[in-house]
Amino acid sequence: MSLRTDLAKVRGLGSAKEGSAHWWSQRVTAVALVPLIFWFVASIISLVGAQQAVVQAWVATPWVSVLLILLCIAMFHHLQLGMQVILEDYIHVEWLKIASVMLIKFLAVALLLASIFAILKVAFLG
Amino acid sequence: MTTGQRPLSPHLQIYKPEFTSALSIFHRITGTGLALGTLLLVYWFFTLAGTGDAFVKMQTFWASGFGRVILFAWSYALFYHLCNGVRHLFWDVGIGFDIAAARRSATVVVLLSLLMTFGAWAWGLSVLGGS
Repeated sequence: MSLRTDLAKVRGLGSAKEGSAHWWSQRVTAVALVPLIFWFVASIISLVGAQQAVVQAWVATPWVSVLLILLCIAMFHHLQLGMQVILEDYIHVEWLKIASVMLIKFLAVALLLASIFAILKVAFLG
Repeated sequence: MTTGQRPLSPHLQIYKPEFTSALSIFHRITGTGLALGTLLLVYWFFTLAGTGDAFVKMQTFWASGFGRVILFAWSYALFYHLCNGVRHLFWDVGIGFDIAAARRSATVVVLLSLLMTFGAWAWGLSVLGGS
């Protein structure tokens, strides 16, 4: 016999109140990151030792700016989802767990915005 | 009733280490390392957007012996996490779940990530030598 209400069963969100949303986001960002990382690593390798102006010109190419921003969005979202799971597993002091998960989420948003700002600055101002 | 002493997952000190479990924890270690690495990546974006000599200073650092050791570890962590991440995606669609298959794919991940790392470095060094 289950004590869960019919509505709770239909919603299927479980005790964490989010169901599979976290798990699914991690997979979606992982799939997005596979081609983006291959492209980014290949690009960086071909730019090894290049002058700052050459790298800036590369970043300022419109489709490169867009792909770099996409990479940063997927990367920082994937990062905070993964780090959240690790922190939740290994930190056993409740307030510290909540504080560190919150901190990693703040940091991820801040670093994402910083990256986008720097990329757009190079793209628009050189 | 004593329930306080039961091992709960993940309980690294109690489970016998296996090849597959070592890869699993290494996925988390490399993930954490890559997360730290994003700080350097963001800093690199800022030096690139800046006008001072910070970009050249960072380039000189990466070209140094210590810089190259860090870059090598970084590149291996990236390729390992990528390969093992794809292994996870196969599991997610229900492929390769039995123990024998998991051990086989673990070997593939270790070898493929090493191959990708050395391949990337061979390419990078050839770019550096050609310029």
